[in-house]
Amino acid sequence: MPDNSAITSNVAHEEHPAYLRHHFSSAEQQADAAGFAMWLFLLTEVMFFGGLFTAYLVYRNWYYPAFVAGSHQLSVVWGTTNTAVLIFSSFTMAMGVWCAQTRRRRGLVLSLALTFFLGLVFLGIKTIEYREKIEKHHVPGFHYSLQSFLDPQSNPEVYAEYHDKPLVPDMARHTELYFSLYFLMTGMHALHMIIGIGILGFMILRARTGAYTAGHETFVVNFGLYWHFIDIVWIYLFALLYLISRH
Amino acid sequence: MNEHTIVNLPDQATARIPKDNYITRENGLLSWLLTSDHKRIAILYLISLSFFFFIGGALAGLIRLELLTPQTDLMATDTYNKVFTMHGVIMIFFFLVPSVPATLGNFFIPMMIGAKDLALPRINLLSWYLYMAGGLLALYTMAVGGVDTGWTFTTPLSTHYVNTNVLTTGLAVFVAGFSSILTGLNFIVTIHKMRAPGMTWFRLPLFIWAHYAASILMVLATPVVAIAIVLIALERTLGIGVFDPTKGGDPLLFQHLFWFYSHPAVYIMILPGMGVISEVISTFSRKRVFGYTAVAFSSVAIAVFGFFVWAHHMFIMGISNYAVLVFSLLTMLVAVPSAIKIFNWTFTLYKGSITFETPMIYAFGFLGLFTIGGMTGVFLGSSGTDIHLTETYFIVAHFHFVMVGGMLMAFLAGIHFWWPKMTGRMYPEKLSQMAAVITFVGFNLTFFPQFILGMLGMPRRYASYPPEFQILNVFSTAGATILGVGYLLPVLYLVWSLRYGAIAGDNPWQATGLEWQTQSPPLTENFTEMPVMDHEAYDYEWLEKQKKEKGVDSAG
Repeated sequence: MPDNSAITSNVAHEEHPAYLRHHFSSAEQQADAAGFAMWLFLLTEVMFFGGLFTAYLVYRNWYYPAFVAGSHQLSVVWGTTNTAVLIFSSFTMAMGVWCAQTRRRRGLVLSLALTFFLGLVFLGIKTIEYREKIEKHHVPGFHYSLQSFLDPQSNPEVYAEYHDKPLVPDMARHTELYFSLYFLMTGMHALHMIIGIGILGFMILRARTGAYTAGHETFVVNFGLYWHFIDIVWIYLFALLYLISRH
Repeated sequence: MNEHTIVNLPDQATARIPKDNYITRENGLLSWLLTSDHKRIAILYLISLSFFFFIGGALAGLIRLELLTPQTDLMATDTYNKVFTMHGVIMIFFFLVPSVPATLGNFFIPMMIGAKDLALPRINLLSWYLYMAGGLLALYTMAVGGVDTGWTFTTPLSTHYVNTNVLTTGLAVFVAGFSSILTGLNFIVTIHKMRAPGMTWFRLPLFIWAHYAASILMVLATPVVAIAIVLIALERTLGIGVFDPTKGGDPLLFQHLFWFYSHPAVYIMILPGMGVISEVISTFSRKRVFGYTAVAFSSVAIAVFGFFVWAHHMFIMGISNYAVLVFSLLTMLVAVPSAIKIFNWTFTLYKGSITFETPMIYAFGFLGLFTIGGMTGVFLGSSGTDIHLTETYFIVAHFHFVMVGGMLMAFLAGIHFWWPKMTGRMYPEKLSQMAAVITFVGFNLTFFPQFILGMLGMPRRYASYPPEFQILNVFSTAGATILGVGYLLPVLYLVWSLRYGAIAGDNPWQATGLEWQTQSPPLTENFTEMPVMDHEAYDYEWLEKQKKEKGVDSAG
């Protein structure tokens, strides 16, 4: 070993910002790596949801009338409201990223808090919708009821809007599959929302102390990517689950 | 040491293990459990992987013991089902998938590209914890009664008919899957963003290319099996109907989702092994890998083609004839990049200065066994023969030739090759050469008879068989005991070498990778200063020049 004795002095601390981790040579490299990792993570999410979209694609092709009848049981008004809420939350999130980049602490806290609030509004509306499904026995599993589809007039509000004809029993029972996919896809989406809202809460607390407005906004930027991704998923879900027969 | 070796050790009388290295920098159990050093995490993985390997191996031993006689005498048939299921689950999800990437990949990817660590060190530690959580859950499942669906969780068996622990096993695989996703993601980011100055894509060691290709598969395929498992769990608990024909669902959808992961998964398992073989063959024939670019791109080609062949697992499951035709054709295509690799390694040997150290013996084992495994894969890829051979011992033999004969040989080649770098000490050469040969002999005796059994029509996954198959089964079981010895020996002498092995010095093999140009065991920071890559990979002339310039032997 010729000259390995003085190793540690060579790798000792040089001057660098506190957030720069040891194994990166510059802050740009660190931000670059984190951003790239986030995009890859979103790619895994695309594949994860992709499995559900595949199932949807197959069964919608096979059981189109059942899927149309099922979608008529959803409230387009609530769905549209929720879409607007999420798109607006994407805007507030984008404002948050901008505030972090331009080092506006109060603006950042406000934007994040608004995003947090809009996320909760979305979940609140989703809860109202889910409750309606439970009341109508549209939750797949033990208490699923085919009444709405065998006898559409039993459900006067929906009937007034769509004038659906009764489905034959064999097709009607496939509405259960539609609702399985509805709960799976919106449920998986809501789970992502809940995780996102949790992280937003954490970020609001840290943003108040100025953690993201001192030149290190990577976390906010990458969380923004995640939040926009969830919004995009919802836009697909809205079109695929609520608007099947409207084209 | 005779002259037929390239091993170049420092003078044992004066040599010392460097006082400051990644092992000695910090002490205590917590310094290991909370580390974010990729080298320490690799060691954590190595220990835990080996543990799971021997559990899976013990289960394999039980299977072979039961099959020694035609009757079911050692265990009841449902116990047998559980034993082969747990053997599959543990070996695939807790050994083969993470084997080379999580140990050697974790340890050497940053070192080979001249980085201080992986891009996301804490994510790396998280992935080990996820792996352990999944692994311990699988062991818990085994302790409370196991699962008997086969490692493929076939619906509707897994959703409607069995009363065993499908849910906990599924959860174990789900959690381990996230460990794999995070590892792959970390590798891709690291290879893109952390390369040292001058380390261009076409100067990367082929080990890196192979891991890059495998990582793409981990990141893109694993989430699909995750959602498939979620659907199984919900089908089983809530009866959501997506896989239930009585509600209009289709069990075949599960097969598509499952094999969309599980076929690429075999490339996740084999590609990193191929990376090891490239390094070993080049080092022990003192030549740049023949057709570097072709070998590099063949890894990527395997990864890409690997996504479009999954339905060849479903030829007898009622998919359409046209789908069979297309998937059969696409399956043949995978043979092309695999053959490119085999041919290029063979050409690398041509006119090389070949020496037969242990890693090279394992690599030769790999070449032969993987070729047989790959070729029999073509039999199974053609639908006509597949219909006769699938669900027989032929497929068991094919899979084990690729995974045990291929991947495990590559894993052991890699462990021996980099052992001096990881620990600073050599393993005993003669003993390990013997272990490599024992493994090769034991392997062939175990699995070659299974090809014949399969051709004769012996179905897999049964505890009993007609008496006329006994002689070949006795061969197979006898081989398994030899194979067992072959795997136990390395554990014993590698542990022995930690204390008594010869001191290896920086570069005992005279290899060219950046990981060999630093002390063994490496520093926590890997390099004293950031390396600059000013030459191609596998440039042995550069190495000679370096040695002359330094004026001292690099092993000194």
